Amino acid sequence: MASGIKDKVAIIGMGCTRFGERWNDGPEELMVEAFQECIQDAGIDRKEIQAAWLGTCFDEVMVGKSALSASMALRLPNISVTRVENFCASGTEAFRGAVYAVASGACDIALAIGVEKLKDIGYGGLPEFSTAIGTTNALWFPNLTAPGGFAMLASGYAAKYGLDIMDVKRAMAHVSVKSHANGARNTKAHLRKPVTDEQVMNSPMIAFPLGLFDCCGVSDGSACAIVTTPEIAKSLGKNDIISVKALQLALSNGTEIGYKWDGAHFLTTTKASKAAYEEAGIKNPREEISMMEVHDCFSITELVTMEDLHISERGKAPTDVMDGFYDLNGKVPCQPDGGLKCFGHPIGASGLRMLYEMYNQLLGKAGDRQINDPKFGLTHNLGGFPMMNVCSIAIIGKHGA
Amino acid sequence: MIGITAFGGYVPRYRMSRMTIIQNMAWYFPVIMAVAGGEKAVGNWDEDAVSMAVAAAYDCMAGKDRKALDGVFFASTTMPFADRLNAGIIAAAMNAPEEGIANADFSACLKAGTTAAISALEAIASGERNSVLVAASDLRKSKMATMAEMFTGDGAAALLFGRDDVIAEFKGSYSLNADFVDHYKGVGKDFDYMWEERWVRDEGYGKIIPQAIAGYLKKTGMQLADFDKVVYPCYFTGTHRGIAKKLGIDPSRLQDNLHNVCGDTGAAHPLLMFCSALEQAKPGDKLLLAGFGQGCDVLGFEVTEKIRDFRPALGAAGSLAAKVDLPNYQKYTKFRDLITADLGIRGEANPNTSLTALWRKRKMILGFTGSKCTACGTPQFPSLPMCVNPDCNAVGEFEDYEFADKPGKIQMFTGDMLSPSVDPPAVYGLVEFDEGGKAFLDFTDCDLNQIKVGMPIRMSFRRRMKDQARGFTGYFWKAVPKAQG
Repeated sequence: MASGIKDKVAIIGMGCTRFGERWNDGPEELMVEAFQECIQDAGIDRKEIQAAWLGTCFDEVMVGKSALSASMALRLPNISVTRVENFCASGTEAFRGAVYAVASGACDIALAIGVEKLKDIGYGGLPEFSTAIGTTNALWFPNLTAPGGFAMLASGYAAKYGLDIMDVKRAMAHVSVKSHANGARNTKAHLRKPVTDEQVMNSPMIAFPLGLFDCCGVSDGSACAIVTTPEIAKSLGKNDIISVKALQLALSNGTEIGYKWDGAHFLTTTKASKAAYEEAGIKNPREEISMMEVHDCFSITELVTMEDLHISERGKAPTDVMDGFYDLNGKVPCQPDGGLKCFGHPIGASGLRMLYEMYNQLLGKAGDRQINDPKFGLTHNLGGFPMMNVCSIAIIGKHGA
Repeated sequence: MIGITAFGGYVPRYRMSRMTIIQNMAWYFPVIMAVAGGEKAVGNWDEDAVSMAVAAAYDCMAGKDRKALDGVFFASTTMPFADRLNAGIIAAAMNAPEEGIANADFSACLKAGTTAAISALEAIASGERNSVLVAASDLRKSKMATMAEMFTGDGAAALLFGRDDVIAEFKGSYSLNADFVDHYKGVGKDFDYMWEERWVRDEGYGKIIPQAIAGYLKKTGMQLADFDKVVYPCYFTGTHRGIAKKLGIDPSRLQDNLHNVCGDTGAAHPLLMFCSALEQAKPGDKLLLAGFGQGCDVLGFEVTEKIRDFRPALGAAGSLAAKVDLPNYQKYTKFRDLITADLGIRGEANPNTSLTALWRKRKMILGFTGSKCTACGTPQFPSLPMCVNPDCNAVGEFEDYEFADKPGKIQMFTGDMLSPSVDPPAVYGLVEFDEGGKAFLDFTDCDLNQIKVGMPIRMSFRRRMKDQARGFTGYFWKAVPKAQG
């Protein structure tokens, strides 16, 4: 009987670049910048890393296929390096590879690194992906973009709960306002200006009902983690050990797009979060989760995700959002670092960037964003579209907690 | 008895007032003010001759057995493919059988529609064919500020020919050939090249149509007075009436040339006018139909009692009534690629179409066919090897299931300004079909601010992409929301 990942693997070092329009840096420079911080934090020698995982998404426009880019940029000592890609869960997938390798006993110390260089394509938004959806899908898929795909969820959510879509949009606006307030306090964030509800509500329409400020930024960045066993972490002199409590993925199987689905929630997140709480031994997430970094690619995604994580009741996320429940001084702060909203979404890096904030918060190193005595930090990624997606959840916390 | 067993028409949703053209272009060529009245039908940006023919064919065959077709003839001067059977695309979109069917394109002449009809009737008369569909369609691209722009419109019509349940019995035909070049379009050219109107009117329409009608009457021994309705195209309305006057046809027996309501739809036009006539016809009526272009075809029909049992889904009249004004001339010129507007770098992507995948998935892509699980009864799209129902997941226990004619409702939607589109926002969403199954689809012929969750939709076969670099046109089905008012 599988016992899950809880407390089997410790994070001993993390690094994260400043996210932004890094016009003068390529993926190699970004990876090295994150890695330098990480290896110093871990306090080990680079040659002690026995295996590595690289998360990237758009190989078509960036580092190309294979993990050679990471192996060469970091001059890794001819060890196994594996490139993983699973849409927006790519960073968390890299982390999962490293964590599972350590947990299996196959190696002692492993590296997970994620990177995405998005600002080399010459236009705003994510790279156009009509050549990356598969040969058959290319014959019939709608002419969609990321904001359009998620915008649909707002219409489905409003219809399900009998809400005026403009009332949903007002709650969505507060999701963005809250994240900007947090991002303004973070020197590594891309967008660092607070915004008002009016600014968000009145921003230019991108995909109805999502305005520009309902969409996360697009930026370049890299983040990474070094993991090992709790025993080795102790032997390295680590006192406050942060360990992995849960790692879950759930992927759509066609039910939402082709069978029965209400169009108002993420089926995958609902299942992955439940499995993650079981793995972590969490009974009541609304009470026990101390803080979260969730996939706020668009404000509506974060809003609906609050329900799928079983923290807000169904249909009640707008109320919790408007009540400040997820603000930095609220009961369960969400996006304390500013989220995708302020960091942007260099896809392969995002999952690890979220873990970086949870890790620093748990270690009390989050500066003026510090949350009081957090116990469990949850991260969440959602790749693809509401009706067909990849969801990843990670929970980390103080070892033994 | 052989003859027409069903008919249908399709006129695209947009109508542009000729005053709109004048307001925008009369500064350049004031002569266009001579035909200021009425409006022309304008195909949407995602329509072409093939897609409009499919719309007319479905309109015609509502309630008819598409599996019984053994011939699909397509008539058009604006076919998207010079070498790939365009009629074959239409047949695939109709989910017509692949075995035992003979399909053909009739092209290069505005009377191609009537010529295809004669060929269909002769094939049935010979006993070789039982059910032949003729679809005629033209998307008429013309230069800005020309008389052609004023006179032409976009549209399609379809006639089903057979032996059973004949609603209009065939009463013979007569054709004449005349290499009278009122206009022509050389290979590789985008636009018609037109000769002087006065000559076209007086020596072309004005002489050749009466000459062919005389030939028909002589051949069949019938009198023009026998006919309750006479149908022939001529976009010069004065000449259209003048021909009738010369032939002694009372204006009440002359079928309107539709100049005021949609313009001349090319190869489709005689058949579209004829559909309008059939919609008004009573049992016993005799109808004369002529097509003009490098000669003339004349066909006679007598309406039977069976016409009381048939109605097209929407018909020419229904299609003409379901209109939306297009007041924006620039939008029309962009729809027809007459102007260059930037789609941005995002719009440059032009993935090649895999012809192997298209062949493998032809029922899915052209026929919008999914599957129905024979184990649990769930309709599903797209069809994958295992049933989508999580409580079933049966492997390979499917029968084909056609979604094209199934009603559905919008479950969720958006209007996307980021997506490259010549008519932003790109509207798309998830559709739930009333009898089961869902699909994620582009929407078309709609205004974002009228769409709501739960709104009914119908499906429409549309051009999905045009590969300018390679010359390929890809098709799929889109949802058309049925907005009220």
